[in-house]
Amino acid sequence: MSIFIDENICNGCKGLPEARCERICPGDLCYRKENMKATIRDQSACWTCACCVKECPVQAIELRLPFQVCSGGSSLKARLKRDKTIWTIWDAEGHQEEFIIQARYLKGD
Amino acid sequence: MSISHIDTDILIIGGGAAGCFAAVEIYKKSPTCNVVVMEKAHIERSGCLAMGLNAINAYLHAGQTPDSYVAYVERQFEGIIRKDLVYSIVQGLNKAVKDVEDMGLPIEKNEDGTYKMRGKRSIRIFGERLKPILAEAVQKTSALVLNRVVATNFIYDGDRVRGAFGYGVKNSTFYVIRAKAVIVATGGASGIYKPNNTGEARHLIWYCPWNVGTGYAMGIRIGAEMTSFENRFVALRVKDVNAPTGTIAIGARAKQINARTEDYLELYYKHLGGNKCLTQHRVLATIEEKKMGRGPCYLDTTTLNESDERRLKEDFLNMNPQIILLWASKGMNPRHKPVEIQGTEPFIVGGHCQAGYWIDKERRTTIPGLYAAGEVAGGAPKKYVSGSWVEGRIAVTTAMEDIKDVTLKDIDTEVIQGEKARALAPLTKKTGISPQEVRERLQKIMDEYAGGISMNYALHEERLLEARRLLKCLRDRIKDMTAVNNYNLVEALECIDRIDVARVLVEHLIYRKESRWACYQTRLDYPEKDNCRWLTFVNSLYDSTTDEIKMVERPLCS
Repeated sequence: MSIFIDENICNGCKGLPEARCERICPGDLCYRKENMKATIRDQSACWTCACCVKECPVQAIELRLPFQVCSGGSSLKARLKRDKTIWTIWDAEGHQEEFIIQARYLKGD
Repeated sequence: MSISHIDTDILIIGGGAAGCFAAVEIYKKSPTCNVVVMEKAHIERSGCLAMGLNAINAYLHAGQTPDSYVAYVERQFEGIIRKDLVYSIVQGLNKAVKDVEDMGLPIEKNEDGTYKMRGKRSIRIFGERLKPILAEAVQKTSALVLNRVVATNFIYDGDRVRGAFGYGVKNSTFYVIRAKAVIVATGGASGIYKPNNTGEARHLIWYCPWNVGTGYAMGIRIGAEMTSFENRFVALRVKDVNAPTGTIAIGARAKQINARTEDYLELYYKHLGGNKCLTQHRVLATIEEKKMGRGPCYLDTTTLNESDERRLKEDFLNMNPQIILLWASKGMNPRHKPVEIQGTEPFIVGGHCQAGYWIDKERRTTIPGLYAAGEVAGGAPKKYVSGSWVEGRIAVTTAMEDIKDVTLKDIDTEVIQGEKARALAPLTKKTGISPQEVRERLQKIMDEYAGGISMNYALHEERLLEARRLLKCLRDRIKDMTAVNNYNLVEALECIDRIDVARVLVEHLIYRKESRWACYQTRLDYPEKDNCRWLTFVNSLYDSTTDEIKMVERPLCS
């Protein structure tokens, strides 16, 4: 598994012609199922670039690593603000770490 | 299935670093110039910058000169570079970086406002949103951006490129785009060789998995001259997750150590320069350590303090978030455990190495009407992202000047229908072979017979001749490829493009009968570097009428 989409959180970006993760995935891997929940068509084609993770407005998507390379159970989420990205990392024991990183200059900076 | 006809002045194929920058540049020069950007994904997150970027590795700091930079690139590539191209890139680096900073890219600075040095030629950036920043700049222009449109071939009448064909995977539309000039900026090629990881992890590769060499393949098919495909790129990366080792080695000053914790570059490879060796020799030494039973090899991160470690994680979140997951898994903290490293499978790129179109200093390819910029342009290694921006700018300047007297030309309906039938053929077949099968076959052939990772990248004539034969057989089978939907069709088209690139690559590997760039190009049957015979460019031209690849040599001074 490379990304995990929590169907309890995903709202399918209702009202938009396509879900945000579907719009952004560079590999054209995300799409909405009939129940309007987002899914990934092929985990093995995922680059783990986290573009969908960043784009999801409700943080329904987590980045994970395929079991083959990492059996540790860690996960990563992101929230995009206008000028920064807030990352939350959970390690194998469930400990949480947060990073707030500048991502762009706003006008006047 | 509908056909969409679009006419434009300049068509840019590929909305990555070079393509986006080029579109913005045209608008600056002439807001009324018509521009179309054809992009396979979505320009906000596409190509090798999709994840982001934490450093710009080509920058001219105070005290350095264009001459010193060119000399550095020449040394790294063991005498074979197009100095004219590299020189033209170096001259534009700092302005291009400033332009992108003005678009909104945060860059780490000194108190006096100059950019902080990360390495001799490198600066630290906060580039997680570098691609959205570039895309936003494009969206402020009048360019028409066609997202999710896969380029299939150039429109070429034997005299001049007149545009390109594409297929819109979201709207099942076949695009016929006529243009006075076409700038190809599609990036390099991944997926030619079997990757290090398999199964569900097969796409944990260094280079964007969807950059498959389409730009090269389209040029090959119309007979454009290509250069230096044998100068493959093998990156030294963090094992399994392919995160850049430079971020740790340069950013955190971590040394390469072997399983005995020896500084192996200094201890065993002093003759190659020790810790100051060429980039390719870092990969070579790591492979040699494995062969000698002194592997695995690592970057020693155990000397980091907590604040260094946090800074390192910040850098990776801006570029390779996967490594953070690795470190967050049990027992993998970098302060407690060194980071294991290994070489990737080979890639064909013109940004780190120099595989690509043979171009003149103004970025004209050998086919009139066609210009190349970025990874797809050959002869100028170590251009990285900032060099790709410069090449985008140069290509635009040339194309805008050249098209002043060019008019659009009618395209025969038969040509359009022929290309549509070719590109969409896999959708019409109910039985046959799947794109996945073709991809795996190609990767197996290349790995085993053309110097993949399982062969420690080594090459020799007999195996390469077998690769040539097997690739020809595989090319003959693509007519049997099936696709069940548009996603699957793109996979099929990617296979065709990769095979066309692989065939040219193998001819280049056969032709250069010496060992010049360790690991990138190592011949077991010609183990020495031969400066008397091979200080020359190896180029190729494909002839579609005979299905033959003709090899030619070009002198270094071209």
